[in-house]
Amino acid sequence: MRRADRLRMWGLGVWSTAALLYLFIPIFIVVLFSFNNNKGRFNFTWQGFTWRHWQHPFSNPDLALALKNSLVIAGISTLIATTLGTFMALALVRYGFRGRATTDLFVFLPLATPEVVLGAALLALFLTLNVNTGFVTIVIAHVMFNISYVVVTVKARLEGMDQHIEEAAMDLGAGVWTTFWRVTLPVIAPGVASAALLAAALSVDDYVITSFNAGQTLTFPLFIFGATRQGVPPEVNVLATGLLFVVLILLALNVVVQKARGRRDAAASAIPATVAAPANA
Amino acid sequence: MLRLSLRRRRKLLPYLFLGPGLVWLVVFFLVPLLNQSYVSLESGNADTGYAFAWNWSTYSDAVSSYHTQFTRSLLYAGAATVIDLIIAFPLAYFIAFKAGRFRNFMLLLIVLPFFTSYLVRTVSWQLILADNGWVVNRLRDVGLVSSNGRLLATSTAVIAGIAYNFLPFMALPLYVSLEKVDRRLIEAATDLYASRATAFRKVTLPLALPGVFAGSLLTFIPAVGDFINALLLGTPNQYMIGNVIQSKFLNILDYPSAAALSFMLMGVILIGIAIYARLLGTRSLTEAAAA
Repeated sequence: MRRADRLRMWGLGVWSTAALLYLFIPIFIVVLFSFNNNKGRFNFTWQGFTWRHWQHPFSNPDLALALKNSLVIAGISTLIATTLGTFMALALVRYGFRGRATTDLFVFLPLATPEVVLGAALLALFLTLNVNTGFVTIVIAHVMFNISYVVVTVKARLEGMDQHIEEAAMDLGAGVWTTFWRVTLPVIAPGVASAALLAAALSVDDYVITSFNAGQTLTFPLFIFGATRQGVPPEVNVLATGLLFVVLILLALNVVVQKARGRRDAAASAIPATVAAPANA
Repeated sequence: MLRLSLRRRRKLLPYLFLGPGLVWLVVFFLVPLLNQSYVSLESGNADTGYAFAWNWSTYSDAVSSYHTQFTRSLLYAGAATVIDLIIAFPLAYFIAFKAGRFRNFMLLLIVLPFFTSYLVRTVSWQLILADNGWVVNRLRDVGLVSSNGRLLATSTAVIAGIAYNFLPFMALPLYVSLEKVDRRLIEAATDLYASRATAFRKVTLPLALPGVFAGSLLTFIPAVGDFINALLLGTPNQYMIGNVIQSKFLNILDYPSAAALSFMLMGVILIGIAIYARLLGTRSLTEAAAA
């Protein structure tokens, strides 16, 4: 019996390790080929090690512009989506009102709609209204698909929060806004932070919806897609690796901050992890 | 006096909180979808423009012209979902029951690869599966791929790409439901002389079923509408319904057909969600999406 258990445990461990390795194979390749001393424009075969691309990651002006656009769009759309989404989550969790279940389902629908449908539908609207597509329409589209992710993420955090703290604040004379700023927001901050991080990541990475609504504006994924036909330059690998590091640092920061808060506030609830911050138990 | 105004304010508050976000979703999500239903019934052509005409034939034409891509999408997405379930279930089980203090670290490892660009990841698979690449050569050595066979530009490559790209959508809901399973129930089962396997089959698995359903739906939905994997890892022989919609819309400018196909795709997905909601309620699905 015990031997069978150990064998089962061992099998599970091997399977899990293999699965995680499988997840990382393409990432290893991406990082590896950012150091490839490639000749010509193709970066498909290993031709020796070089720091060259890391020294000049922005040597391609189109790529530099595309990345800049992506980061600015991510910043603006994340700010808007996180604000709107957080308040929606508050309303959905904290208040009983008519049509709450319907609203819940409606907010979930964009998550269940294929990106190609979202993108095409939005472009059709812009065409009908004679709106020129470009920077602004990309931001509009990104806010649209990010709101639902923010609502779902923040809701999870709010549901794990002790509502009595808010009631206590109100009983002690704090107004709605004071309660929000001094009590609710500090408690749900980790959820809001991971929602914002997720929204930013989705925005920087979105190709499908953006490709419909970009007009002449170039973003990082649009540049990569254009490059797949002529060979993706190694600078893309460098920037992709760099972005991954930034995310890693932000995730680590989120964990550290939450650990510190957890020590300060031992009663912190242990809600299920969210995508962006699985470490908040 | 003060209480009353507070109560009134509290009644108004949820609408104030919801308002801006809801307006955004209505204008840029709901209205475009309704507009699409209108567009799908238009007739005309790209040169002279389109006009509304209750033109239902767009739908029947779309079905007769593109049923191949439609069934292929369902097949590929279904296969990728099953593969993901097979890969992710033991992984999620291990993390929930055996990983101990490495639990959060392992969850982080699952999501981390997905913070690199989707396109970069898929291009990376292009390189891994390339003809005469290391993987193809090894598979030829052991006879899994014939000597002039290839991996890239096949259905296998496209399904593998889809399975790879949507794996976290399966793994995380599975983990959430497995983590919630009450350990005492499993102990009780073994105390009552159920073998480990029986306890797993009769206790753990039924309790984890919501996660299996949620994960499958959350994997299947983006998979069935995907066109990047077919575009980068396949050939026109592997094109899915997403490829058709995309090219109809952006290249051929056949808006009515693109809109009709979008609607049928939405229909398939809504049926899936309805079945799910009937079986398990919508709550667990939105919960799983939060995971």
